[in-house]
Amino acid sequence: MAKVTIDGIEVDVAEGTTILDAASSAGVHIPTLCFLKDVQAIGACRICLVEIEGARDLAASCVMPVSDGMKVRTNTPRVREARKTVVELLLSEHDGDCTTCNRNEDCELQAVAHEIGVTENRYEGAKSKRTLDASTPALRRNTAKCILCRRCVTICSEVQGVTALFPQYRGFKTVVGPAFNKDLDTVACVQCGQCGAVCPVGAIIENDQIEEVWAALGNPNKHVVVQTAPAIRAALGECFGYPPGTRVKGQMVSALRRIGFQGVFDTNFTADLTIMEEGTELLLRLKKALVDKQEAHLPMFTSCSPGWIRFAEYFYPDMLPNLSTCKSPQQMMGAVVKSHYAKKVGKKPEDIFMVSIMPCTAKKAEAKRAEMNANGVADVDVVLTTRELGRMITQAGIDFRSLPDGTMDTPLGESTGAADIFANTGGVMEAALRTAYEIVTGQPFPFENLHVKPIEGLAGVKEASIPIKDTVPEWAFLRGATLNVAVAHGLGNARKVIERIKKGEAHYHFIEIMTCPGGCIGGGGQPRMTGNDTRKARIAAIYAEDEHRDLRKSHENPAVQKLYAEFLGHPLGHKSHELLHTTYTARAKIKAN
Amino acid sequence: MLTDKPAGDCHCTEPASPEELRRRLDEIITEYKDKPGGLIPVLQIAQGLYGYLPDEVVRRISLGLDKPYSEVAGVITFYSFFSTRPRGEHMVRVCLGTACYVRGGKQVLDAFKKELGIDVGETTADRKYTLEVARCFGACGLAPAITIDDVVHQRVKPTKIREILAKHMQAAAVAKGA
Repeated sequence: MAKVTIDGIEVDVAEGTTILDAASSAGVHIPTLCFLKDVQAIGACRICLVEIEGARDLAASCVMPVSDGMKVRTNTPRVREARKTVVELLLSEHDGDCTTCNRNEDCELQAVAHEIGVTENRYEGAKSKRTLDASTPALRRNTAKCILCRRCVTICSEVQGVTALFPQYRGFKTVVGPAFNKDLDTVACVQCGQCGAVCPVGAIIENDQIEEVWAALGNPNKHVVVQTAPAIRAALGECFGYPPGTRVKGQMVSALRRIGFQGVFDTNFTADLTIMEEGTELLLRLKKALVDKQEAHLPMFTSCSPGWIRFAEYFYPDMLPNLSTCKSPQQMMGAVVKSHYAKKVGKKPEDIFMVSIMPCTAKKAEAKRAEMNANGVADVDVVLTTRELGRMITQAGIDFRSLPDGTMDTPLGESTGAADIFANTGGVMEAALRTAYEIVTGQPFPFENLHVKPIEGLAGVKEASIPIKDTVPEWAFLRGATLNVAVAHGLGNARKVIERIKKGEAHYHFIEIMTCPGGCIGGGGQPRMTGNDTRKARIAAIYAEDEHRDLRKSHENPAVQKLYAEFLGHPLGHKSHELLHTTYTARAKIKAN
Repeated sequence: MLTDKPAGDCHCTEPASPEELRRRLDEIITEYKDKPGGLIPVLQIAQGLYGYLPDEVVRRISLGLDKPYSEVAGVITFYSFFSTRPRGEHMVRVCLGTACYVRGGKQVLDAFKKELGIDVGETTADRKYTLEVARCFGACGLAPAITIDDVVHQRVKPTKIREILAKHMQAAAVAKGA
């Protein structure tokens, strides 16, 4: 332990604690910019400078460890002047069109400048180079807004293992971007948007498509419907001042109706449908391997997370046969809406405009895939992130906090608790196990409160083994077998799992991969900033959604059962194959000139 | 071919064929593939082979070493030693490190710009010279310093640069003839 004095307040902290953390435990706030808890502490931006008694220079508190007896002062004239100069120099280079910026009032540079009392620009000089990049369906880059904090570089390389972004050039000419500062689509970018999720300013943002949705809503020839992903209901409230983890499903539905959507559907419905398809696919692959003794491409990987799909297409094309062929729930919803639902409401597929609200930027890219047009038109027309929906609600003049609870449409808004947990790491696996176990054994899922504890939580890679004692006759070949599963979130962790499989060090039957840390609740389209505390709060909200349900297993969803009876036939049947399944393509890591 | 200069450590006078260059590049990539810190030596050797780092060479190195393309480009663009544009037969580097700068490096650079008729990073129309700025050769005591190819020239005066270039060309011609 070390005894440290911060602004006269004595605290005991563990040896090696940074001054920043020690100050926090003393109740002293130190402003930061490049620092991002759990992700990056590099002391680059120099906002967090403090004075240490006896030291000649100011120190960056985010990287400087305390020592016993250290006396730190965080609010001296010297510190204030240094911080101010740092921010003024950043502002002198920064393209600061605040009023038209996507990040206005949600900008850390703006907040820090305000916090430390910058009231004028003393420095005028050259501005950072402006490169506008609209090459991907998911993201928009503007290098003139970048303050070179490198958070995006760290998350892209160290957390996601993708390294699409890296500092290019040197000194004042430094630009954070893809190779040679060309467009993002020239390199292997999975469009997960984690870069934009951690960006303190407006240098990397989602491709804002709000206007496209307003245009469709204003078009009398379009029947505009919306679906919302499981993760939205645990995060949207943050756009309106609620703490992370506030459950706002009812208010969200009311807001969507007020905006003018003619149908409000739940991606949860197709999450349940996904479990029926994907669970059956897994069992059939197991049968092929164990009974028919044929190559069945095991382990099977989940396919709900489009960032992961692109990651596999770029980095592990040899594993593509191991990916479930199921479309993601978002795409399944679009395909069902533009076929079955269209017929029911007497519309042509091209007259229906399907909007998705997703926690995800990669979903914008997924919706644009050429394969995703089961009915001759795009399954999904526009994908909005949680943040965009928040802004749209504000634009519509809706007072979100005073909205009453609404309910989703039937049948496409009906779902079970198994669908809720698609929002977080471990959830798709747990949902699949709840159903697959009961189909195979005919027995109730034997886990306390239906939760498989070993695959819960924020550990990067999680494993579980499910013994199958007895089975119904149809699945007798699985009697006495043990199903080995793994769960990984964050693509860096996905890479670890795949490398272990390739080396023969790990043997699984089924693996869940979610692109973003924490799963969809930590997606690249969610309200900022998403740290581990926020992830935990949102996950707790999702489990609460699940636990408050009467039905918590996908195969018990009566609306899904009815869809099979009325329309699809059976899982993996001909209609399913046409509408709900897809193909993957190996991609070159560097775009040809 | 942009140069009749020997490529890399090869002492033959014939320029290597594209196939031969690629074969040697692949050898280097294989040699350094699993070595930590292998990227910079590979880039240096590749630039020695080709005279500069053409895009297809950069791509081949990125894929061959299994290093992200953006990271490889980040390293190339960070170091002024690396060039992604074809260069002249002779490389003129003028140091603008602190010591050279204060002792007149800027004037030396301006003199070279005028003499060669090119700006920094450019190559003369006859492909003889490329002009670049460098940051410190470690010859600060002899500032201002420049290098032409691998030869360091010290205490360079702007008025002397024509003479320095002529002498260098002479020496190069002798070396080539020998």
